[in-house]
Amino acid sequence: MITYLQQLESESIYIMREVAAQFERPVMLYSVGKDSSVLLHLAKKAFYPGKIPFPLMHIDTGFKFPEMYAFRDEYTKSIGAELLVYRNEKAIANNTNPYDLGTQQCCGQLKTKALLDGLKKYNFDAAMGGARRDEERSRAKERVFSFRDRFGQWEPRSQRPELWNLYNGKVAQGESIRVFPISNWTELDVWHYIHLEQIPIVPLYFAKKREVVVRGEQLIPVNQAAKVFPGEKSEEVLCRFRTLGCSPCTGAVRSEATSVEDIIAEMMTTRTSERATRIIDHDRDGSMEMKKREGYF
Amino acid sequence: MQEQNSDHSIIKFLEDSAKCSMLRFSTAGSVDDGKSTLIGRLLHDSKNIYEDQLDSLMKRSVKRGKESLELALVTDGLKAEQEQGITIDVAYRYFSTPKRKFILADTPGHEQYTRNMATGASTADVTIILIDARKGIVTQTRRHSFIASLMGVPRLLVAVNKMDMVDYAEDVFVQIKKDYMAFAEKLGIRDVRFIPVSALEGDNIVTPSKKMPWYHGETLIEYLENVYNQADANLVDFRFPVQCIINPSANFRGYAGMLSSGVIRVGEDVLALPSMKKSKVKTIELHSVLNKDHQLSEARANQSVVITLEDQLDVGRGSMLVRPGNAPKVETNFEAMVIWMSEQPLDINKKYFIRHTVNEARVLITEVKYKIDINALSRKPGGALELNEIGRMSLQSTAPLFLDSYQANRGTGNFILIDPENFATVAAGMIMDRSSQDLELLGADSEKPRSQNLHHESGLIERSDREQKFGHVARTYWFTGLSGSGKSTIAKAFEKKLFENNRPVYLLDGDNLRTGLNKDLGFSAKDRQENLRRVAEVAKLFNEAGVSVICAFISPTVEDREQARKIIGDSCFIEVYLSTSLEICEKRDPHLLYQKARQGEIKNFTGISAPYEAPKNPDVAIDTNALSIQECVAQLLRISK
Ligand SMILES: Nc1nc2c(ncn2[C@@H]2O[C@H](COP(=O)(O)OP(=O)(O)O)[C@@H](O)[C@H]2O)c(=O)[nH]1
Repeated sequence: MITYLQQLESESIYIMREVAAQFERPVMLYSVGKDSSVLLHLAKKAFYPGKIPFPLMHIDTGFKFPEMYAFRDEYTKSIGAELLVYRNEKAIANNTNPYDLGTQQCCGQLKTKALLDGLKKYNFDAAMGGARRDEERSRAKERVFSFRDRFGQWEPRSQRPELWNLYNGKVAQGESIRVFPISNWTELDVWHYIHLEQIPIVPLYFAKKREVVVRGEQLIPVNQAAKVFPGEKSEEVLCRFRTLGCSPCTGAVRSEATSVEDIIAEMMTTRTSERATRIIDHDRDGSMEMKKREGYF
Repeated sequence: MQEQNSDHSIIKFLEDSAKCSMLRFSTAGSVDDGKSTLIGRLLHDSKNIYEDQLDSLMKRSVKRGKESLELALVTDGLKAEQEQGITIDVAYRYFSTPKRKFILADTPGHEQYTRNMATGASTADVTIILIDARKGIVTQTRRHSFIASLMGVPRLLVAVNKMDMVDYAEDVFVQIKKDYMAFAEKLGIRDVRFIPVSALEGDNIVTPSKKMPWYHGETLIEYLENVYNQADANLVDFRFPVQCIINPSANFRGYAGMLSSGVIRVGEDVLALPSMKKSKVKTIELHSVLNKDHQLSEARANQSVVITLEDQLDVGRGSMLVRPGNAPKVETNFEAMVIWMSEQPLDINKKYFIRHTVNEARVLITEVKYKIDINALSRKPGGALELNEIGRMSLQSTAPLFLDSYQANRGTGNFILIDPENFATVAAGMIMDRSSQDLELLGADSEKPRSQNLHHESGLIERSDREQKFGHVARTYWFTGLSGSGKSTIAKAFEKKLFENNRPVYLLDGDNLRTGLNKDLGFSAKDRQENLRRVAEVAKLFNEAGVSVICAFISPTVEDREQARKIIGDSCFIEVYLSTSLEICEKRDPHLLYQKARQGEIKNFTGISAPYEAPKNPDVAIDTNALSIQECVAQLLRISK
């Protein structure tokens, strides 16, 4: 019998091999989070004993946690992957930040624009990402091969039907495909697989005493980028991160989970969805949908 | 998801859930039959909705003037988008119970239904067809069932919903069941189950209904958790489309791909298409953290691996590895049933791209033989297919393709067509045997008298007629277990008992077949497999003739038994596992076979020098060491009712 995780793994490997074979210049977007770790691990498996036949690209906003940069450089080097880092240098030089611009606009500059520019710079015709359908309502209908027009935008009407395991990666000059090889995985599946395959992840996922500001329900990590409002005081709280984004826009959760098993046990009991801890989604209802149309994942 | 606290229980949980299987299902129903409510109820009652999501759903329900949670809102995302005019083919949802992981392909019911439903059904193990108990079978029901059968979904579950609106009356349910069976038979749908439910009240979704004491069957979730899908993949015909070459150094050349069907082992012969060159499998590899040499002894359908061969062959992307005696047709002309999925109608003059497995070529559509009127389930004259139309056509490709019929092989019998101008996916196709009539698919003309709709191989007496006449549903009791586990002894006693109870029954054992029908077969792995295949075919004929069969064979591998199950039919196949331990069997050793095996005189002896794969979910497990013969037989009689 093939277990469900073997099935998911097989399917993801199949998709990555299709990408490698169908496109001229594919890239794997690497965000340093747990989903990216799984993606990278699967890529290693898919082409073993050969090398991963495409580069990784990290869209860096400059606001990532220091632990993420350290992990990124060390891990990608250890598996011999080619890493490209792309930043919207102009916006960064202009001091673009979520406090002055709002989360949406800031994301638009540092993530969406940077991503589109980065893809253009290297002329990539396919970009794989670690998004999953169970993450957010608007992703439930996303294709595995998601078509983008010449402006990198997602247009619902031009999405292609996907039947069986036949993926259509044909594009005209300038058009591209975003590929989501772990579409069918859930958050729990990802953790379970990390556990089984002993996949390295950024230590921020594990509980530790961290300096945070308690703002309502949220724990805001304090570091050079984060703003502390007047009257707020930081304190040390035992906490961890459920998802990793930019430090000003990612909340921590109180937790004692110091191992992958603990994290899984915690997930079974806390029973809140993972995006609830990401400040970014609290902007406005349906905000993901808009970001996606504009070219964000 | 269930509560877990201590470290110990989480490790146990991880171990258990690592062994879970997966079920993919799709849903179909007309607008307002209660599909959203049903899905909401299923997710809610199986505790698959997170608390923050539940809170937000509750708030939205209250906003809409409801005092309790409006279950249909769980899948509300789809509806809202539909209202905004956004096209959604399929939304995928993920949930789990301790027994299984589920992927639900949820398709909204509107005009684009054929395309959407076909997409969702293309990978489904089960399709749930929803019927409103007040309305019974409507045109949509037939249409959905037809699409499911066209897409080769192995089984259907008919959920008769809104039973609360018909006072939970049994006769309403029974009548719908009867009506449905009458037309399902014409579609060639074999495995259909029925469950009376109320999605709104939660009857028989996750909790057994108190209002319908007359129903003794499974709840919806029990059905989904237990339905057996491991034999759905074709495990007989090995097909390995090569996706890419792994060639890191001069001394390693591997072929990467996923088995579309079948099983392959190290050392077995393979044939490469299209070069027609033969070689042997040298290694089967998959990188693994636990298994340091990264080697597997075998791979089966749906597994992604890397295969290396003994010889250097001309194999590249698009080549296919198969077995020498079992190759698909290599052809440029073929016929298919095609569902058109684009707003631009079919253009006979266009040279479409075809994607079949990992192969790509150009095709011309040489003829549209006929279209199908999906509401009347009848044929209409051919012509350019338009969005959501289905038709049978002849195609001609520029390069040979490796073709299996969709009916024989769901993994290699499908393709898509791509528009050469804008590269949109415009159609999905299912390859047909040219000779085969698509009666099963079509139910031909629903107007014609029934006798004309019989399959050509059957006579005027149907299996069900025999069963009624003999008052007996013929089944095959497939005994598996080690040598000395008591298969023959129990089988004989059981046969005698059934015979005494006036039940037509016949015992098939190794000897009575090996001395006649199978005397050309030896004891190689291949011959053993063939032996069992023939046994299963014979059992099937007996069953069709109305006679129950008891088969007593070691049948050591899951694959052997699954093949038998597939041939005989899931609903007639009863797996009886003689679970007597190896230790006891060896102690008994009535024919001194174990002794000889231990001394190396008998090679490949199951349990000693060849593996025995115990059934995971047998219908009955009998330990002859713990029970008397009578007790064993009594246990079997209980399930033979
Ligand atoms: N009485 C009753 N009403 C139901 C049941 N299931 C659904 N409904 C109602 O039927 C209507 C349509 O249901 P909905 O789930 O939105 O249907 P959909 O269009 O198939 O998704 C809603 O008002 C539901 O509350 C049921 O089992 N019993």
